[in-house]
Amino acid sequence: MSEKVVFYQGNEACAEGALYAGCKFFAGYPITPSTEVAEFLARRLPKEGGAFIQMEDEIAAMAAVIGASLTGAKSLTATSGPGMSLKLENLGFACITEVPCVILNVMRGGPSTGLPTGPSQADVMQARWGTHGDHPAIALVPGSVQETFTETVRAFNLAERLRTPVILLTDEIIGHMREKFTIPAKGEIEIWDRPRPTVPPEEYKPYDTSEGIIPPMADFGSGYRWHVTGLNHDETGFPTNIPSLVEPEERRLMAKVTENLDIIEKYEYIEKKGSKVAIVAFGSSARSTRSAIAKAAEGGINVDFLRLVTLWPFPSHVVNEMADKVDVIIVPEMNLGQMIEEVERSVKGKAEVTGVNRADGEPITPDQILEKIREVS
Amino acid sequence: MAFDYDQYLRPGKLPHIWCPGCAHGIVMKSIIRAIDREELEKDNTVIVSGIGCASRMPGYVDFNTLHTTHGRALGFATGVKMAKPSLNVIVVAGDGDALAIGGNHFIHACRRNIDITLIVFNNNIYGMTGGQFSPTTPHGKLASTTPYGNPDYAFDVVELSMGAGASYVARGTAYHAVPLTRLIANGIAHRGFSVIDALCTCPVTYGRRNKLGSGTDMLLWFKGNTVGKKIADKQPEKAEGKIVTGVFKQDEKPEYCDEYAKIIEKVGSQA
Ligand SMILES: Cc1ncc(C[n+]2csc(CCOP(=O)(O)OP(=O)(O)O)c2C)c(N)n1
Ligand code: SF4
Ligand SMILES: [Mg+2]
Repeated sequence: MSEKVVFYQGNEACAEGALYAGCKFFAGYPITPSTEVAEFLARRLPKEGGAFIQMEDEIAAMAAVIGASLTGAKSLTATSGPGMSLKLENLGFACITEVPCVILNVMRGGPSTGLPTGPSQADVMQARWGTHGDHPAIALVPGSVQETFTETVRAFNLAERLRTPVILLTDEIIGHMREKFTIPAKGEIEIWDRPRPTVPPEEYKPYDTSEGIIPPMADFGSGYRWHVTGLNHDETGFPTNIPSLVEPEERRLMAKVTENLDIIEKYEYIEKKGSKVAIVAFGSSARSTRSAIAKAAEGGINVDFLRLVTLWPFPSHVVNEMADKVDVIIVPEMNLGQMIEEVERSVKGKAEVTGVNRADGEPITPDQILEKIREVS
Repeated sequence: MAFDYDQYLRPGKLPHIWCPGCAHGIVMKSIIRAIDREELEKDNTVIVSGIGCASRMPGYVDFNTLHTTHGRALGFATGVKMAKPSLNVIVVAGDGDALAIGGNHFIHACRRNIDITLIVFNNNIYGMTGGQFSPTTPHGKLASTTPYGNPDYAFDVVELSMGAGASYVARGTAYHAVPLTRLIANGIAHRGFSVIDALCTCPVTYGRRNKLGSGTDMLLWFKGNTVGKKIADKQPEKAEGKIVTGVFKQDEKPEYCDEYAKIIEKVGSQA
């Protein structure tokens, strides 16, 4: 397929990106502001030889996505706050069993039902720590419709390459706004598939790491019969509670992320000459930040900008280096202060850290950020 | 010739975790014989479970096996089946797993009529967590969380399945292991969602507390307190106060993946 220019919503771009990445299965449960992803894929997946199913709730949807992925089908689910909360137990199952899948959370306001149609960025910490127990976490935070497409493709690639669930964290604004964007021609973005076993079935050990920390994964029905369990397991996949086997596996799950930062981390760092203030932001707050920084420059104030495209793992080393240069780091986020804690942790007291927060269902405006820039300059 | 279970058991995985006198092993053997009878290929068969004593069963058998989260096996199984309809998908679940935490998934799997065979290891109790009451614990019975008798009422798995739209519904017992095999085999052969309510026993937590005797006593109780569906239909007086076993429903009804395949066929060319 050749390149195509379209006028899409962020949610539609996610769905299109999933198809581009080779997604063959979607299971979901309707919830604002994510439903367009399901509607789009209900139309498109059967045309592309895939399958769509609306399940009875988000728990079942998350379960179905993992089940489908075990047969080898790249799988997606999409939801928002209340639904994300329901998915969490099975998200942990995907972490420990190392089943690739992608979960879109289009953030909306409030705890509980909150503000169904209002944007928010209040699931920052849920994306990292939502499911119980130590577990790896990858969360990508696109800031435009085009980037929702490319980051969805990247989410699938990372999920497959690292055998782990990947969360796409957008918000109501990114999900619903329309922008012109280009669907790249087939082959323009590299598509990755999970490593599959090359040994004969009788030699297959599903968590054998002799070739590297990402063990090859066999599709159900491909002749490799293996056992998948959410219990801690050894390299054969069967349950174990032997301490000397459990902890190395727990550590390996984390290492899949920490040892692959080169392909996971992504950010945009716009440095200005002599700036004493920097801003760390993502998603729709980063859009307001960009205008605020432009306005500040007109008034003669230079501000550095770190826009995250990968939120988790958090790029602490980058933020820490920023703190060597600037005196103040501003963290605008549509919540009452979540990412700011990670920023504070990263700067280790080397710079002042201050937030611009909003939790009323309205986006943070450029003027709010500009005001803060002036205040601290 | 004695049936060769070894061909289906994973070497080195026994002994199992089940207590002496537990009937879960009997149901497992019935499932194995049913699979053998239906000549399912190991490579093409997936056995899915949730959490509980019953749900440990997949670990022992040599298929593609998936031991998931409590109550959610049917969700996982639905994804497996939808993504690769050529696979035979069997779900094993405890009564708590299938009907309490998994109750929503249970009724929707019935309604959807997806080609999955569910065997409920129904021992009327939460065995694994030490004997709390389940949705099939009879009214008045003792459990660790109903120390003064169960004020709750039990689900009838057969009626629930039929009401929710399962197209094959049967009930057997661990005492009647041979008929149980047939009921499971028929469920596997049936195209659509099949539920087999397999009555079994937990002597350790339920039996002891309710003074039902040993595991053997509890199994023998089934002998005296059940009556086959055919007899019950012809001579209802014989079924009075007894549990009816047999096939309750076997309907031809369009299967979910088949219906979805029609959609793919219809719109697939429009890609
Ligand atoms: C979400 C969640 N809640 C509770 C539990 C604890 N739990 C484990 S098994 C079980 C009940 C098992 O009973 P049943 O399904 O009847 O199976 P049995 O052990 O009797 O075979 C419970 C409540 C759990 N593992 N996960
Ligand atoms: S606790 Fe009950 S159900 Fe569990 S293994 Fe023991 S006897 Fe069986
Ligand atoms: Mg039970």
